[in-house]
Amino acid sequence: MSPLATALFGLAVLAGAVGLAAILTWFERRLLGVWQDRYGPNRLGPLGILQVVADMLKLLTKHDWVPPFADRVVFVFAPTAIVVAMLLGFAVVPFGEHLYLLDLNIGLLFFLGMTSLAVYSVLLGGLASNNKYALLGGLRSAAQMVSYEVFMGLSLMGVVMLTGSFSLRDIVLAQQDLWFCIPQVLGLYVFLVAGIAESHRLPFDLPEAEHELTAGFHTEYGGMKFAMFMLGEYLGLILICCMITTVFFGGWLGPWLPGPVWFALKTSLLICFFVLLRAAIPRPRYDQLMSLGWKYMLPLSLFNLVLTGAIALWLRGA
Amino acid sequence: MLKSLRSQLTTLWTILSHTFTRAETVQYPEQKPYLAPRYRGRIVLTRDPDGDERCVACNLCAVACPVDCIALQQDVREDGRWYPEFFRINFSRCILCGMCEEACPTNAIQLTPDFEMCEYDRNNMVYEKEHLLIDGPGKYPDYNFYRVSGLAISGKDKGEAQRELPPIDVKSLLP
Repeated sequence: MSPLATALFGLAVLAGAVGLAAILTWFERRLLGVWQDRYGPNRLGPLGILQVVADMLKLLTKHDWVPPFADRVVFVFAPTAIVVAMLLGFAVVPFGEHLYLLDLNIGLLFFLGMTSLAVYSVLLGGLASNNKYALLGGLRSAAQMVSYEVFMGLSLMGVVMLTGSFSLRDIVLAQQDLWFCIPQVLGLYVFLVAGIAESHRLPFDLPEAEHELTAGFHTEYGGMKFAMFMLGEYLGLILICCMITTVFFGGWLGPWLPGPVWFALKTSLLICFFVLLRAAIPRPRYDQLMSLGWKYMLPLSLFNLVLTGAIALWLRGA
Repeated sequence: MLKSLRSQLTTLWTILSHTFTRAETVQYPEQKPYLAPRYRGRIVLTRDPDGDERCVACNLCAVACPVDCIALQQDVREDGRWYPEFFRINFSRCILCGMCEEACPTNAIQLTPDFEMCEYDRNNMVYEKEHLLIDGPGKYPDYNFYRVSGLAISGKDKGEAQRELPPIDVKSLLP
């Protein structure tokens, strides 16, 4: 692509991701409503979709307040970090065979790095608020990151082994015969769990945990700064779903329909699944979360790694 | 681990099956909920079957009220009937507990199944007697306090009330 076309496409991805995240705030509430036998926001506009606009207006007109006891610079910086990191993550996502911004040869690592950076935003937000609830939220986020980051990377290594490349495009092209969700079913499971933890979604929203910690790390945030956190969270959800589609469900591959349509379909189905998880699964206790991570998920991903390695070697006839 | 995984998958399936169940929500302003006749809502003052106000301004409701939202002043009419000179209920305080209705000896104060009484101005929540009084007898269509009580009013002397014997001259009752 020419530089101009790349720039335009980049802008389109940017606008698309942010717009989709905004619509998700409404879509998620409607979907939760369906599963909880109620309606959700259905008053404003057709099916209530203008609720997004109303929420936006409300957040924009809120008092932009920084508490006097907070660390001002970090407090203001923290919510932008999560949005920037998550948006950067979209740079490596291949939406179609020729529809991508960057084909980094370390695309997968870039994605992992960006989502890890996003955790700092939560951490710094919790620390800078100088509030005990926010601090506890940040603390939990740090512990969650330490335990989940490890096997999030490890769970993807099976795919990398089978493909022999870190490039997301190569990974999709390697799935032409068989999507990786079948040979890498353990990897998929572990990555799914880690992905929920990474995007701070229920059931792993312990840093937020509105039932225990008021609002967790963003207790002191309001107005657009709060909206940035929410935007980052929804961007993270979309990004994780894009990644699962790319790595395990064959990305743009699919019969009849054009590639990007398949990609969008798979990603939206995954988003619905994430919402279903939120509707169904209760939040585990803090120690349960840690023990699940270290005692089950890490050994499981290591086992998957060894098994995949052995099979890959056997297939090559070594 | 496997057991918990199975239970979580069951949960997911249960929730997913709710895609096809109807929403329980009552779409309120368009769709009114059923309110029982004895629902405790807006307070009214009723009249007896003859059209006179039932309230005798005995103050029992004001005493029973746990939030002190009722204020009234008793006065006597020329015919001997008691009545409230003013009767004021502050609905911004009222908790709709129904204690006043239970305390009322004349069935005058009653709670109705109406709760749509929002106001933009707090002062509009204070209801005076003319706002509270209704034309009908409410839940007790035949009850008329002065017809059953022994109190003498003009047109009805002692001993002339329903199911009442003429008064006994206690001083003539010799052993």
